[in-house]
Amino acid sequence: MTETSTRETASGGSTSRGAGAAPHTPARPSRAAGLRDLSNWADWAALVGLIVLVVIFQSLNSTFLSPGNIQSMLVASAILIVLAIGQTFVVATAGIDLSVASTMTLAAVVFGMVFTAGHGLPLSMAAAVVAGAMVGLVNGLLVARGRITDFIVTLGTLSAASGLALILSDGKPATIISAPLLKLSTGSIGIFGYSVIVALVIALIAHIVLFRTRFGTHVLATGGNAEAANATGVRTKRVKTWVYVISGVLAGIGSILLVARVGAAEPAANTAFLLNSVAAVVLGGVSLFGGRATIIGPVIGALLLTALVNGLTLLGVSQFYQPLSVGIVVVLAAFLTRFQK
Amino acid sequence: MFGLLADPIGQTTRLNVETSMTTITAAESVPVADPTAPLLSLRGVNKSFGAVDVLRGVDIDIRPGRVTALVGDNGAGKSTLIKGIAGIHSFDAGEYTFEGKPVTVHSPKDSNALGIEVVYQDLALCDNLDVVQNMYLGRELKKSALLDEDTMEAKAKETLSGLSVRTLKSVRTLVASLSGGQRQTVAIARAVLWNSRIVILDEPTAALGVAQTEQVLLLVRRLADRGLGVVLISHNLTDVFQVADDIAVLYLGQMVAQVEAKSVTNNQVVELITAGRSGDLGLKHPMADVIEEGASKTGGVSA
Repeated sequence: MTETSTRETASGGSTSRGAGAAPHTPARPSRAAGLRDLSNWADWAALVGLIVLVVIFQSLNSTFLSPGNIQSMLVASAILIVLAIGQTFVVATAGIDLSVASTMTLAAVVFGMVFTAGHGLPLSMAAAVVAGAMVGLVNGLLVARGRITDFIVTLGTLSAASGLALILSDGKPATIISAPLLKLSTGSIGIFGYSVIVALVIALIAHIVLFRTRFGTHVLATGGNAEAANATGVRTKRVKTWVYVISGVLAGIGSILLVARVGAAEPAANTAFLLNSVAAVVLGGVSLFGGRATIIGPVIGALLLTALVNGLTLLGVSQFYQPLSVGIVVVLAAFLTRFQK
Repeated sequence: MFGLLADPIGQTTRLNVETSMTTITAAESVPVADPTAPLLSLRGVNKSFGAVDVLRGVDIDIRPGRVTALVGDNGAGKSTLIKGIAGIHSFDAGEYTFEGKPVTVHSPKDSNALGIEVVYQDLALCDNLDVVQNMYLGRELKKSALLDEDTMEAKAKETLSGLSVRTLKSVRTLVASLSGGQRQTVAIARAVLWNSRIVILDEPTAALGVAQTEQVLLLVRRLADRGLGVVLISHNLTDVFQVADDIAVLYLGQMVAQVEAKSVTNNQVVELITAGRSGDLGLKHPMADVIEEGASKTGGVSA
């Protein structure tokens, strides 16, 4: 994972194709020059930040890097990774999805309703994903076809989806007791919990979609220069619609992980997930202006944010300081992106 | 191919649509298709945006192996005309024929299918993508579900070397890091990647230095020498006279003349661009009806 990350962040996103084969390097400065160049640091921000945090926390508290703590950090980051990947696709087209967290809440409530009605686990999971996809589709159509600013559309669906979740659940959580779900949240292979494995598989698929398919190229083209993309026959409206659907589907998958972890489907606000998904994307070096994205960056960003909260908790720092520290880290990362080429 | 310039338009030194059309029809008696027959013809094309008539009864012929310069002042309708040809917005009225057959072009895909490629002034390149990605944007090659990077890269290199382009170090360079001339080269190479028949270039030399302009003009000439129909939009008459075979002048949405470059002077073209008329070329004189009533020679378009 780390090896791939190095290559990916080093090449700054859209040039990641040569991976494996002899890389096409003429435009890339030498390693020594690269270290002096701030723009390279910007690309590496998340990884450097993660390493720095790990070193600091480990030196202050030796249990930080214990296998048990690493495992719990990974599990804790799974949902955020999934949401951040969805957010990455949207941000890559120069959009933003403020509704990811409430979409996840709505999907979780739908999951709970279908499950409580006795339709079984597979159908409940499918219903959650479909619910997420529907919210994404509404977002996408309103942004692409309705030509309403992404910010306003998703702010609207943020409110609407959490409202709908409250209405559907009548404000009450539904307890979900299911052995497979319990296994999903507690089982592991080595230090990798099943939920993290799900998240990493999604990340791998997302990476292939973004860098190895026509759709991925069109996503980056739409974010880079929508007008040019349109003139060359890229259906930018369709691309913009699809990225919101992807974000919605991933919010649906996130809801499954959430229900498995909490053991209940509750209409909670989950605001932290929204802020952290955007933060992970920014930390990952994805340009909010679109056209420049990696998958590995936001994944590391999500790990960094989780490690930050985990480390502060281990050090006994009051919970109240956690949002403050997340805020500082995100603004610092955004500051670094100023030096991106 | 250029020996066959004895076409009616050149001789009459005046855009006379009816005459040229009939002569071309007469040439059809020859069994082999006339190599100078227009690839693309527009007749009486209109386009308005709201109350503004941007194009009024425009006629134009694009011939294979020739560079047709499209000139006109700002707001004359050049961009609207090529956007209509490219299908970015459809014409309100008029005939659009390709190789003598009437066609309908409502989207860039339609014009691409005919082999018409446009290189826009703003280049329509994505800075965040590399040369190969830009050349194949919207028409990527696939191997099953994934991109066929190897074939795309090989073909892009082949096309660039076929155009004698040697200024690019790597086809995997991000377009953002290319110079203006290199970007123009990439945009033009993209246009010829698809066995195109007609390439339309919108101000390809606008932001370039002297040496780069020279390179791009050479490239333009090379396209025509390969038998493509080339349309060159330019404000720079030096460039136009250097490379163009025909000059088409738009004046306030009307095509006032399409003449052979050799048959006109720089001054005449300037007059056509600024006043729509130069001597007996272009729009008819306001008093022309009085001077020569019903004269068949009045070639100006009266929309």
